[in-house]
Amino acid sequence: MQQIVNFLIKYKNTLLFLLLLFVSLIFTIQSHTYHKSKFITSANFITGEVYSLKNDIDEYFHLKNYNQRLVEENKMLRARLESLNDKKLDTVFQDTSSYDSPYKFTLAKVIRNQYSNIDNYILINKGESDSVYSDLGVVTSRGIVGIVEESSSGFSRVISILNSNSAISVQLKNTNHFGSLVWNGNNPNIVQLEEVPRLAPIKKGDTITTDGRSFIFPKGIPVGIVNDFELDQNQSYYKINVRLFNDMTNIGYVYVINNQNLEEIKSLVPNE
Amino acid sequence: MNKVISPDIIRFVLLVLLQVLLLSNIDFLGFINPYLYVYFILLLPFTLSQWRVLLYSFLIGLAIDFFQDSGGVNAAACLVAAYFRPNILKFAFGVSYEFQTIKFYQTPITQRLTYISLLIFIHHFVLFSLAYFNFTYIVEILKDTLFSSIFTIILVLILMVLFRKNRK
Repeated sequence: MQQIVNFLIKYKNTLLFLLLLFVSLIFTIQSHTYHKSKFITSANFITGEVYSLKNDIDEYFHLKNYNQRLVEENKMLRARLESLNDKKLDTVFQDTSSYDSPYKFTLAKVIRNQYSNIDNYILINKGESDSVYSDLGVVTSRGIVGIVEESSSGFSRVISILNSNSAISVQLKNTNHFGSLVWNGNNPNIVQLEEVPRLAPIKKGDTITTDGRSFIFPKGIPVGIVNDFELDQNQSYYKINVRLFNDMTNIGYVYVINNQNLEEIKSLVPNE
Repeated sequence: MNKVISPDIIRFVLLVLLQVLLLSNIDFLGFINPYLYVYFILLLPFTLSQWRVLLYSFLIGLAIDFFQDSGGVNAAACLVAAYFRPNILKFAFGVSYEFQTIKFYQTPITQRLTYISLLIFIHHFVLFSLAYFNFTYIVEILKDTLFSSIFTIILVLILMVLFRKNRK
């Protein structure tokens, strides 16, 4: 007994080191596993408040850019509205309820954005009290941003598409060939599209959109354009570099997409 | 007791805020960020018992992790750096450290630089190894370690010049 106590006293520093190292390694491993890092998250009261304070100041330097983007979006929406009006004149809607969109959009502000690490997260200023929950899609007017991973009452943490744990299902706009969108950690404006079959007709400048298979994003949200591509080692799949429409280094405001039918769809698709 | 601890607590808070609000957003050349909060571990009193050094280093790392959503990466890196701190001190300052008679600001610049560089390099290497968590990225790990270390060392030296007058 005496020896054990002596041993503990003699090596107390090493033992403390090993204990704390063990704890921090568990946190590290959890952070590299999708959906596991519940404890270490910036979506809590203190860090959230600090970041929103900083963002209140930061924001003024980006106002011009945000305005520009709003004008663009307005223009696009106005154009779409006009085309809708034309159709309405000679169309009779039989069943109006089916035209009700299942998607609800919530506006949120990005208060912290990362893009230089291998695993990047974004913090937004809406949380459970604004019906922002985990597994909702996040987009801007220009394209997709990521998926909500964790939310507290007032803040949410979003897994950016610039994260090694992120894999979002997307498709070629013209042909419906789909693949998954990943990131290799190099350029924050270029992401990689994998598993597109060799048969897909693909050329530089093709548009990539979301494919709606995950039910998180609606179908047809723009992602980016094909920058360059090559066949992988087995010569059976393309590896495509996609240039994002979004400038991931300057996001500003985002929309969180809530699919109202998700519960219903999930109950029909057993292991989704 | 209070006199020893309170400047360290102030330094803790200031360095964490400086790190997460400013330094982690620099992204010099796209990826180089300094991790200046290691300055806290460098300046912990040499007379402080080792288990406290470990504990305080772990806490500042964890604080950074909360802000950066990086799991336990910073905590682990700080812990490893703090664990090797006595060895580095002995290596850099030699016998005078053993008798605990040295004053940090009166040591020769070469010895001080050895101490700072070694500690920062160990910290950064562990940090980036765990951040990438995959040794196929070994080139990126070494590249990030090298450039970020240089950046951090320069900032630490600047801070030391700025704040040397305050301490005697």
